[in-house]
Amino acid sequence: MATEEMEQLVRREYTQGFVTDIESDTVPPGLDESVIAFISEKKGEPEWMLQWRLDAYHQWLKMKEPSWAHLNYPPIDYQGISYYSAPKKPEDRPQSLDEVDPKLLETYEKLGIPLHERAALAGVAVDAVFDSVSVTTTFKEKLGEAGVIFCSISEAIREYPELIKKYLGTVVPQGDNFFAALNSAVFTDGSFVFVPEGVTCPMELSTYFRINAANTGQFERTLIICEKQAQVSYLEGCTAPQRDENQLHAAIVELVALEDAYIKYSTVQNWYPGDEDGKGGIYNFVTKRADCRGDRSKVSWTQVETGSAITWKYPSCLLRGKDSVGEFYSVAVTNGRQQADTGTKMIHIGEGTKSTIVSKGISAGNSEQSYRGLVKIGPRAKGARNFTQCDSLLIGDRSGAHTFPYQEIGNSTATVEHEATTSKIGEDQLFYCRQRGISEEDAVNMIVNGFCKDVFQELPMEFAVEAEALLNVTLEGAVG
Amino acid sequence: MLEVKDLHVTVEGNEILKGLSLTVNAGEVHAIMGPNGSGKSTLSAVIAGKEDYEVTSGSITFEGRDVLEMEIEERAQAGLLLGFQYPVEIPGVKNIYLLKAALNAQRKARGENEIPAPEFMKLVREKLAFMKMDASFLQRAVNEGFSGGEKKRNEILQMLLLEPKLAMLDEIDSGLDIDAMKIVADGVNSLRSEERAVLMVTHYQRLLDYITPDYVHVLVDGRIAKSGDKSLALELESRGYEWVLEESAA
Ligand SMILES: Nc1ncnc2c1ncn2[C@@H]1O[C@H](COP(=O)(O)OP(=O)(O)OP(=O)(O)O)[C@@H](O)[C@H]1O
Ligand SMILES: [Mg+2]
Repeated sequence: MATEEMEQLVRREYTQGFVTDIESDTVPPGLDESVIAFISEKKGEPEWMLQWRLDAYHQWLKMKEPSWAHLNYPPIDYQGISYYSAPKKPEDRPQSLDEVDPKLLETYEKLGIPLHERAALAGVAVDAVFDSVSVTTTFKEKLGEAGVIFCSISEAIREYPELIKKYLGTVVPQGDNFFAALNSAVFTDGSFVFVPEGVTCPMELSTYFRINAANTGQFERTLIICEKQAQVSYLEGCTAPQRDENQLHAAIVELVALEDAYIKYSTVQNWYPGDEDGKGGIYNFVTKRADCRGDRSKVSWTQVETGSAITWKYPSCLLRGKDSVGEFYSVAVTNGRQQADTGTKMIHIGEGTKSTIVSKGISAGNSEQSYRGLVKIGPRAKGARNFTQCDSLLIGDRSGAHTFPYQEIGNSTATVEHEATTSKIGEDQLFYCRQRGISEEDAVNMIVNGFCKDVFQELPMEFAVEAEALLNVTLEGAVG
Repeated sequence: MLEVKDLHVTVEGNEILKGLSLTVNAGEVHAIMGPNGSGKSTLSAVIAGKEDYEVTSGSITFEGRDVLEMEIEERAQAGLLLGFQYPVEIPGVKNIYLLKAALNAQRKARGENEIPAPEFMKLVREKLAFMKMDASFLQRAVNEGFSGGEKKRNEILQMLLLEPKLAMLDEIDSGLDIDAMKIVADGVNSLRSEERAVLMVTHYQRLLDYITPDYVHVLVDGRIAKSGDKSLALELESRGYEWVLEESAA
């Protein structure tokens, strides 16, 4: 489809409400062994995988939901959730952009999302989306030539069982925590990436992913493996606001970096935060962990989080290899009644390991945000170093920011530095900017973006621009 | 150009300005002097639109427009600039970024396009050289860690770039060394023209040696107690404020 046609489509007036009533292939609410068997069967999994899931389920049954996070939410009824629903068929999805909520399109516009991606993000049926099929094919070819495997986790379980057996659950074991155990039992979606020795993945694994991002699942599981000297940059999520009928999201991401490998994992997440009272928002409980197994391996987590009613998330690094490096750069924005409890864990095990943590939290409205960071230096981690910078910015008088830095230092040769600041966008600062002719909204954006720039510069270029726009949209009306 | 009529202003229940009137025409330079706490900063802040101040009666017009009906940024866009007595620090925001955002916001309000980046850089470098400021100031966060004198110079730098119709400079001379005083005065003088006006708050005759005012006003207890030409400043310098108080009480 030509670009002009596409533009016309976008410009066309929204004429009628569009109501979907889809009979999806869903299991009844509740969780027991038969539901897990059903999922495994649907996914065409081998017997050992089912056993693995059941094993996780049995561990989960004995676990209790964590309650120590600085969060408040009504109890979740795990037997009231349906654990499988088949992806929507093309004919059940909107057939063109004019069947899509114009408000959503307006947001895409504000975020500067390229026209050709908007339809895909809005969930328009694939054959109505120009070029997306051929784009995908080109990607696949290029990746294949380089020897990079990039596919859904379900496909990987069927096609590459040896790799799955070798790596799945080795970073986040089935019984790691309550949500991880649940995910291990019932996960249905997610990605698998394998970059063989010496290969630098020829492209950022982002665009492809974003085009398919409209179908993110409730229990995703992602596994990325970089062999010796391999490199990959992976981008998860997208800036477009994502709604989902499923309130509870419990994902797992496992990264494995062997000798001299480098994995850069960037997340821009914008789940629906709910209405003004936080109703209908997504609960996002995520376990993300990287295992720097090889010497001199490096993993870098960068995240920009704006959505969700509730976020509970601590991307972590196990620095096992000698001289391995872990980095965590984070911007979290909360507004309205959102609650976020995020942070990171850097576990220094090997000699000469290094970690850097830069966390920027912005709280507006009535929102509450906590940073929780653990830096642990094991007895063998001679000469380990950590630097933590943790800044909070408050907008208005009703928001809160809390910082909980934990340190466990088991080796006296280690250096651990922690800096923290809390500031407020002051009336005086806004007055100053406005007195120079800058609108209040632009002044807030300018101050917020200035506050976040250390993190934004870690994002892939195009995403940095979108992330800035995203922050601006998120904080619209936060002042005054 | 600026017309302030019988202005009454209250802050947290205290009346600070008690019926102040002042007329500034294009082309003129006015100096406002007066004891600490008499309301000088309050006057310029109210004209600029600072929100903590409540105007209980009176009026302010600028080029025929009712200033009290305008948003803070609209006043700035109309050509009112306040050089702050205590410029605020804005961590994380580069000076150059603020300058560009301000200039473009004002151009946009006038219906002009954004200034192209090379042209902007050229302009800024020119002004920077005029103020004898190092280019490194552009890359630093707005006023963060600036010395007192550097902050004041930075205010004048912004003024030179934005070219306001009316510059209200609140104690722009405080904290300046002798050389800096001269540079700042040159900056202000370079902007003097038939279309522009300057309103300066100061405690010292010294600044007025460099920037010759057309009028000098003495603000006492929320009112203009006495107005005169530049010789009034000299008289205040030698005699203090006491006699003005007595005269106005009589
Ligand atoms: N936000 C405020 N809350 C309470 N009082 C205030 C406030 N702002 C100003 N005032 C009071 O108003 C009076 C006038 O203050 P203003 O700053 O205008 O004086 P000034 O003439 O500029 O003094 P100086 O020469 O010391 O700069 C002072 O008594 C001051 O304490
Ligand atoms: Mg003052």
